[in-house]
Amino acid sequence: MTALFKDVLRHPSGRIGLTLLIVFLLAGFLGKAGITPYDPLMQDRIARLQGPSSAHWFGTDLFGRDVLSRLMVGIGQSFVISFFSVGIASLLGSVLGLTAAWFSGLWDGAVMRFMDVLLAFPAILLALLIITIFGPGTWTSVLAIAIVYTPIFTRVTRGPALSLRRRDFVDAARTFGTSRSYIMTRHLALNLVAPLTVQITLALAWALVTEAGLSFLGLGTQPPNASLGLMLSDARNLMELAPWLLWVPAIALMLAVLSFNLLGDALRDILDPKTRRRLA
Amino acid sequence: MSLLSVRDLKVGFGPRPCENEVVHGVSFDLAAGETLAMVGETGSGKSVTSMAVNRLVDFGGGKITSGSVNYTRADGSSVDLAAAAESELEQIRGREIGMIFQEPMTSLNPVMTVGAQIEEIFRIQQGMSKSEAREAAREALDRVRIPDAARRLGYAPHQLSGGMLQRVMIAIALASNPRLLIADEPTTALDVTIQAQIMGLLSEMKRETGTGMIFITHDIGLVAGFADRVMVMQNGKVVEQGALDVVLDNPQHAYTKHLLSAVPHFSDGKSVRDDKASAHPALKVENLTVRFPVRSGLFRKHTGNIHAVEGVSFELKAGETLGIVGESGSGKSTTARAILDLVTPAGGTIKADQTQVGGTDKPVQMVFQNPNASLNPRLTVHSILAEPLTAVGRRIDADAVARMEMLLSRVGLPADSLARYPHEFSGGQRQRICIARALMLNPSVLVLDEAVSALDVSVQAKVLDLLIDLQQEFGLAYLFVTHDMAVVERIAHRIAVVYAGRIVEIGNARDLLANPRHKYTRQLIEAVPSLERRRTDYSIDTRAIPSLVRPIGFVPELEPWLGAGEDHFYRQEG
Repeated sequence: MTALFKDVLRHPSGRIGLTLLIVFLLAGFLGKAGITPYDPLMQDRIARLQGPSSAHWFGTDLFGRDVLSRLMVGIGQSFVISFFSVGIASLLGSVLGLTAAWFSGLWDGAVMRFMDVLLAFPAILLALLIITIFGPGTWTSVLAIAIVYTPIFTRVTRGPALSLRRRDFVDAARTFGTSRSYIMTRHLALNLVAPLTVQITLALAWALVTEAGLSFLGLGTQPPNASLGLMLSDARNLMELAPWLLWVPAIALMLAVLSFNLLGDALRDILDPKTRRRLA
Repeated sequence: MSLLSVRDLKVGFGPRPCENEVVHGVSFDLAAGETLAMVGETGSGKSVTSMAVNRLVDFGGGKITSGSVNYTRADGSSVDLAAAAESELEQIRGREIGMIFQEPMTSLNPVMTVGAQIEEIFRIQQGMSKSEAREAAREALDRVRIPDAARRLGYAPHQLSGGMLQRVMIAIALASNPRLLIADEPTTALDVTIQAQIMGLLSEMKRETGTGMIFITHDIGLVAGFADRVMVMQNGKVVEQGALDVVLDNPQHAYTKHLLSAVPHFSDGKSVRDDKASAHPALKVENLTVRFPVRSGLFRKHTGNIHAVEGVSFELKAGETLGIVGESGSGKSTTARAILDLVTPAGGTIKADQTQVGGTDKPVQMVFQNPNASLNPRLTVHSILAEPLTAVGRRIDADAVARMEMLLSRVGLPADSLARYPHEFSGGQRQRICIARALMLNPSVLVLDEAVSALDVSVQAKVLDLLIDLQQEFGLAYLFVTHDMAVVERIAHRIAVVYAGRIVEIGNARDLLANPRHKYTRQLIEAVPSLERRRTDYSIDTRAIPSLVRPIGFVPELEPWLGAGEDHFYRQEG
């Protein structure tokens, strides 16, 4: 694990991505733990719509709430939803994809057609549908985003697993009488770690954007709690009066997505034994 | 005036091509109508050199760093292709310089019919109308001896066999009567009998059209009867070049001599092994039959069976090698896979000897053709060798590691190999890992499915030697599946010839190769290219292998066996 960490730091885009991500994780953690410069919910009528200053680094909003504090809470909220939903989606999706590829036939058909149905809906629309059924809230958002991204993981796993299954080393394993679970974990899953890792980092970025989208539409995090999408939504009407209200969450979202993408690139290079030596 | 004159050509790859040079100063001349054979092993730079001639190397990330490639165009003007602009090259490529690649399956667009792809060439290059192009395409297919050309125009690539596809590629390359044809290992992916047909076709084309040709191959025996001049390459340098007879009869450079000696010579059974196998039976296969269902229609109804293997019987003794020869689709690999239970046989019995010292209930192990594909790239050699032991429920203790180390050193790999990954080894070394892995469980029978076919000739020779040593040391029985007659002559005690799913001739190697009785065996042996033969008269036979698809319930009739001597039998031909 420490070796992987060192490899990421040695990789040029990995270094930038990881640094950004650590900043975000720290900010999000502090936000979630309640260690913020101000109370993110405390209103201050006198200090309304102030621009960035030494007292309020990122200014204040319409109710005089500190934008930095709200940003930290929002980042924490967005990351929690993103991590949980992608965690569920990748686990569920890869297990479904792997078993679909291995058992093929009826199970494969059933799983993949169901995934096709899910994929047929635009991501946001499907998430909206799920939230309409279960009502808005943090865990509904997690569930909705997880369901939206499961089909992608199923496909990303099933395709390579199908081709790996026909590779000679799987046949070779069968000639020794290797058990099915060993083949699935060592020969299939191990070769899927790289594409899945890259997919996970990408999905984390998409999940952030989807979560922001849901909150923006008022279906994710509910006010007065803070989230990136909600901050964007609130800032929309004050765009000309207080542009920092829009800039701050927008840039934060962009950098967060960028950090995942850079990290994904680095991991793809590092996890492939063919390119690893070259980097070292 | 030569057609092509290459001087001091250097080619590099990557962002700094000068530092990463692959071809170091190659010079040669090619006269119009002449054939130059470029011979060398993988990585010798022969393909890169030829791709530099038509500058296709640019698209593969390469760059010509110095030197000139002077080509005389049809109108008599001379052009330096190394410095020519891409727009000028587009005029020359295809029109004046044609190219045939190794893999016909991947060189054609799978979703377009063969006819459309040939017509495209005529329409683009010669500005023909749709109907003119169609007629020209039919003539082009006729010219490469494709039977029933008019109908084949409407076929998609997957409906044609490898040999037919390579003929289509040749038809495309010759469509605009190029003055220079570059053929990059055009027969490597094909069966030996098909290879002979393609070689025959190319030499006829050469005579008919007077095209100059650069023929790239790793098999020096193949060009013996074909080329006018030979150029031997090693590590991006030309080590020797000259007229064919001079180079073959009187090689000067040590590497040429080495290549010539490494070529598995086929000598009609004169050089078979003469060590004796024991009388202890290791494997007995009786009436092995494998069928694959054919499904068709909307509901994938079971409409027939492919009779892939039909009534195959043979016996194998400890310390003995049975060579199974035949072309692709003949059922030889399916036989091997059925013995290992990788495909389920429809009938027959397989009995393997389980009394080998330290053996397990897996007495038959297998080595696959492609060592790159048969090793999991993400496991270390340690994990790879541990897998068979784990599979039979043994612990990876000090004894197991000691056995791994013993086998690794026995197959000629360094002691520090255990911690390394497959991609850190060369192709030959990887095949050695596969052999070590197959020996981990102390098998009594080793099935080698084209185990040396993917290797360079000199590596091939070493791996064959290793296999013979291991056989004698461990008393192993080998079932050696191959399409290469020279290889089988070198390693087999007995040979079974498989054609259309059945054994048509079986017997001891010397008799069978010296005195083949079945028509198909004779055809196989005649098709072998060799240095001794220097043949130019490859005959062209366009017969297709009979279809093996039969209706449900079809009971095949097996022709009776005829004897041709002690331990030599063949099937009556009906």
